[in-house]
Amino acid sequence: MQDGDYGTFVEILTVTSMNLKIHTLLIIVATGFFAASCGSKNTESGSESGVLTGEVKIDGSSTVYPITEAIAEEFRVDQPKVKVTVGVSGTGGGFNKFSRGETDINDASRPIKEQEAAICTENNVKFLELTIAYDGLAVLVNKQNTWVDHFTVEELKKIWEPSAQGTITKWSQIREGWPDEPFNLYGPGVASGTYDYFTEVIVGKSGSSRGDYTASEDDNVLVQGISGDVNSIGFFGLAYYEENIDKLKLVGVDSGTGAIEPTAQTVKDGTYAPLSRPVFIYVNDVAAKRPEVIAFVNFYLNNAPTLVPDVGYIPLPQAEYQKGLDAFKSFVAPVNQ
Amino acid sequence: MSSLKRNRRIDKAFKYVGIGCTMFGLLMLVIFIGNILIDGLQRIDWDFLTNLPSRKAEKSGILTAWTGTAWILALTAMIAIPLGVAAGIYLEEYGKKNRLAAMVEVNIANLAGVPSIIYGLLGLEVFGRLMNLGASLLAGAFTLAILILPILIVATREALKAVPNTLREASYAMGATKWQTIWHQILPAAGGGILTGIILSLSRAMGETAPLIVIGALAYVPFVPKSPMDEFTVLPMQIFNWVSRPQHEFLVNGAAAIIILLLITFIMNGIAVYLRNKWQKKITW
Repeated sequence: MQDGDYGTFVEILTVTSMNLKIHTLLIIVATGFFAASCGSKNTESGSESGVLTGEVKIDGSSTVYPITEAIAEEFRVDQPKVKVTVGVSGTGGGFNKFSRGETDINDASRPIKEQEAAICTENNVKFLELTIAYDGLAVLVNKQNTWVDHFTVEELKKIWEPSAQGTITKWSQIREGWPDEPFNLYGPGVASGTYDYFTEVIVGKSGSSRGDYTASEDDNVLVQGISGDVNSIGFFGLAYYEENIDKLKLVGVDSGTGAIEPTAQTVKDGTYAPLSRPVFIYVNDVAAKRPEVIAFVNFYLNNAPTLVPDVGYIPLPQAEYQKGLDAFKSFVAPVNQ
Repeated sequence: MSSLKRNRRIDKAFKYVGIGCTMFGLLMLVIFIGNILIDGLQRIDWDFLTNLPSRKAEKSGILTAWTGTAWILALTAMIAIPLGVAAGIYLEEYGKKNRLAAMVEVNIANLAGVPSIIYGLLGLEVFGRLMNLGASLLAGAFTLAILILPILIVATREALKAVPNTLREASYAMGATKWQTIWHQILPAAGGGILTGIILSLSRAMGETAPLIVIGALAYVPFVPKSPMDEFTVLPMQIFNWVSRPQHEFLVNGAAAIIILLLITFIMNGIAVYLRNKWQKKITW
């Protein structure tokens, strides 16, 4: 097919189609056909527009779920025929399925672990990691707590490390001058990526902490626990704090440069260290050959800046999303050659 | 004389303790249901039943959740009822009462007490992976069918046991075969009990979440399932998902969905009671 033929084709379309929307759509489809039939390198084909069908299977972290759900919901407006389904097996449970090639995309609130990546290699599953948002971990105490102004990272480590179990039980042991009363700890369950992350940056080893704390997979239970117990200390995702500002007292964390409270700004620019973390999606390379998956991932990165804050998370700087789009483009590109 | 008085006092005391125990259970139920109704009732409208899940709580609905639950119930019933009732009939009417039978009986009773998440793991491995059904409705229905089979078998056997032996003997005396006796005499007589068992076990299947999460039932499904091979979500999954969200509006949605789930359960149990009463009136011997 020559360029001239293509031009005529578009002209005919312009004449016959009355509806402007259908018209643009057809042109894009035609461009797609044209590009495909000429065997040209065109990574845009099939993405963003054109009527797509098929399925996009997503599973993984319940922390990332609200973001993916929001994206999937808006994507449906664009591509009503693509069936996007999202599960909440947890980051680890999701990778279990992802590494067998059972899902197209995995939501993850922590980077993939070595042994999980090893299983992927074993099953010949190649993947691309895309950072899609930031989440801050908030450290909280009861509203009536008057003595805590901030924690240092060392103090948090002292409270949470495994050897603290049974020995560090009173406020006065954390910092001199605090009451001689026992404190109670609240945190996410050991299966969550949030727990993994907190223990990694505070205790120094992922998944290692004292065991005598109240654990719940449901962060609303933690909110209730902390708000009903004067001597409580707890941590969980920032989004849950923002919905319960009136019930809890947020505590700043000092990692050597003064106490900093988590806000959209301090999480985004990384000054709220070390408790701000990125969250990810992982894309399977075989799935990334399908136009509906390509369109979905592009839609994800293009719309994250508006939809991520909508569900209570903190978006990356615009340039980072552009980097993600470029990385995805080159991840997909070899396929279209 | 004094011992008689004492005995009467004990009798009276037990009566009041018994009333207290009964009221405790009822009170808890009333508090729970009242709480849910206050939270969720104003949220229920037509849109709530016909909308897809959404990130905006007030736009979110349970269409895919309740249709998924309906699909799962229908498929589970189709798989579990013939298997469970037939197994119950065999064990009660045909099976010999030897040590093997005793062992089977103990094991079925044990299976009824196995935590449901274990059935989920079984379902994931056997139906999801070996039979390659994935996270489809069919895989979920098979898993739940296995889960409720022990209850169904036990209920069927109890219903059959309650049929007086004289009925069997009279039938045999008329020259009927075993199958004719079962089909024309025993099953109609035991029907009410069997039906109650079926509906109670299906009600249990309807409330299960853990095994379905394990086989990979989803949280966000924006389409109504059209075939048994489609992926799905169910009401308890949707509720679980909503109550773990930070925004209060989602908790209200959860309460509203709980009301719908309770409503379906009450209706099913009501049908069971109605059918059983109707059935029992018909039978005279």
